[in-house]
Amino acid sequence: MSGSTLTAAQRRPQKKEARPRRSRPVLALGLLASLGVLLLAVVASLAIGSGDVPFRDVLPGVFDPDLTVKGQLVIQEVRIPRTVAGLLAGAALGLAGTVMQGVARNPLADPQLLGINAGASVAVVCSITLLGFTVATQFIWFGFLGALLAALLVYGVGSLGREGATPVKLALAGAATAAVLTSITSAILLQDRGSYDQFRFWQLGALTARSSEVLWQVSPFILVGTVLAFSLGPQLNALSLGDDLARGLGQRVGRARMVSALAVVILCGAATVVAGPIGFVGLAVPHAARLITGPDYRWVLPYSMVLAPIMLLVADIIGRVIAPPGEVQVGVITAAVGCIPFIWLVRRRKLVEL
Amino acid sequence: MSGPTAVSTEKDRLAAAVREVAAVRGRGRRRSVTVATALLVAAVAGFGLSLSVGDMVMPIGKVVDTLLGGGDGGSQFVVLELRLPRALLAVLVGAAFGLSGGVFQTVLRNPLASPDLIGISAGASAVAVTAALLFQVSGLALSASALAGSIAAGAAIYLLAWRQGVAGQRLVLVGIGVGMGLSSVVWYVMARSDVTDAQEAFRWLAGSLNGRSWNQFWPMAGALALLVPLTALAAHALRPLQLGDDAAAGLGTKVETGRLALLGCATALAGVATAAAGPVGFVAFVAAPIARRLVPGRGAALPHAALTGALLVLVADFAAQHLLPSVQLPVGVVTSIIGAPYLLLLLARANRVGSGG
Repeated sequence: MSGSTLTAAQRRPQKKEARPRRSRPVLALGLLASLGVLLLAVVASLAIGSGDVPFRDVLPGVFDPDLTVKGQLVIQEVRIPRTVAGLLAGAALGLAGTVMQGVARNPLADPQLLGINAGASVAVVCSITLLGFTVATQFIWFGFLGALLAALLVYGVGSLGREGATPVKLALAGAATAAVLTSITSAILLQDRGSYDQFRFWQLGALTARSSEVLWQVSPFILVGTVLAFSLGPQLNALSLGDDLARGLGQRVGRARMVSALAVVILCGAATVVAGPIGFVGLAVPHAARLITGPDYRWVLPYSMVLAPIMLLVADIIGRVIAPPGEVQVGVITAAVGCIPFIWLVRRRKLVEL
Repeated sequence: MSGPTAVSTEKDRLAAAVREVAAVRGRGRRRSVTVATALLVAAVAGFGLSLSVGDMVMPIGKVVDTLLGGGDGGSQFVVLELRLPRALLAVLVGAAFGLSGGVFQTVLRNPLASPDLIGISAGASAVAVTAALLFQVSGLALSASALAGSIAAGAAIYLLAWRQGVAGQRLVLVGIGVGMGLSSVVWYVMARSDVTDAQEAFRWLAGSLNGRSWNQFWPMAGALALLVPLTALAAHALRPLQLGDDAAAGLGTKVETGRLALLGCATALAGVATAAAGPVGFVAFVAAPIARRLVPGRGAALPHAALTGALLVLVADFAAQHLLPSVQLPVGVVTSIIGAPYLLLLLARANRVGSGG
């Protein structure tokens, strides 16, 4: 705890640590630069696509659309909702992954791996088969509910026993829960061809699947989740030292975990509502962010929130142009392309420890 | 934990310690044999059950009679052509997955490192589903493509994780990355295909023994006849490797060679099992932890893991056939539904489960 009383003006070069520790101005500049890249991604997402839209239609299409012009119509009806979906889902996934990895102290923590996506999937499947829902606006809320229940189950099982919710137990409980839920999904879908036909597209994850109303409905949830996630920065820093030290520093570990779980469920559920189960963004982005910022979660969180939409939008753009005349869903691209930087990250660091 | 009070002399203490170690070892060995026998008996019982129960229930005496060459044409067909190959295949698939998972988890010293989680099964699935849906491959060629996929995925993961040796956690992370990429390929191919074909592929992906015959049994048996002795041979490096890389190297073990041999065998085991029955969920993941819990302190307990896996798949396939009337579930659905809660139970009850390998 020495040095905690130093003011900014007195700050001396800190002791060399194992992790990069960059000064605040550098990190702030980096964040600004990332925002610039995000802006570029947004522009590219509006301008590039499988449909034929001349570049001069892009700006009018955004700000002053004349819907009789085909290009501007495409911008207004297709590309703007798609880009907004990418921004929302990306921010939610990036933050959720960061909070998850921080609270579980587990570099593998990811909605997919902790069974939360599986929970959303099984709920969606049940609502399709048992309740006969066919429209996304109806069954997506069941995805939300399923994510919540799965998270509660994983956390509940993981925290039984003497030691409470240790990282390894959480990860194992998540893997086990995911396996059970995936099996139930398979069992239901194998009996019902019609549901399977719908589900196989939902399962891929795409930014085009939702209407603008859904995006409006989800935005408040993402806002709440974001506020919760940012409020967790200091707690995550303390938790990364281990439960005992965190308690010693005056953190209420159990409460921090509960708030984290709440934030993760809200954010994962919202991202799933927007884009379906998208793997890998929540897993890879926090690692990339940590590589830039070092271990301080107060910086990892905003960086994740900016980097994840960049990844999602770029993946979506790649999917639009990679296999003309059709498109490849963004979930496929993030998983197929995302594993390359991920493996690079894993190889680069001696160990991706937290 | 605290040492004895300084009453006894050095020599006495040493003798007592030696006696204690010998006693513990003896107990462990006895328990190991007892558990193995119990597992074997349970497997034989399950085997008999799956031969005698079905649409046509057959008394066990008649089953044995038929197996020995007697019985009428009908019972011969039912037992020898329908039920026997399926039950035998269940045993082999389960044993292969159990053994494979045990080797992976022990070598990589990580309870999450089973072939179904680190991308080996995903490799088999991706190649097999692509071959079936895009290139209309079927039959033995499909099995071969599944095996090739798992080996290719295993090799890719090993090479990608290589950095002056392969550390457990890095390999697990790389494997999960590769696995997620490959699963997205599977989903993409399925979404692009005709719904009937995709449904068929989905059924295979769930892991199923439905409709398996001698055609699948013989290649599997041949592969295991080769792979199990190889694995047993490679397993000599397992005990030193469990002590950690530095200690193993200090004991004169060639760490990287031993690890590569073990992982190669385990990958091939998972591959042939996947080729025969699809990626049956959870057997590789859960068989070894169950076995280690049944025989604590006996290291990897690979034979027990194989027996546990065999028993698990036998029972699960029996349940899959008879649990719901008129519905033939894929065995993978049942292995997951009965396997995972058991693991959850272990997690809830034990304090240190999963903290090591």
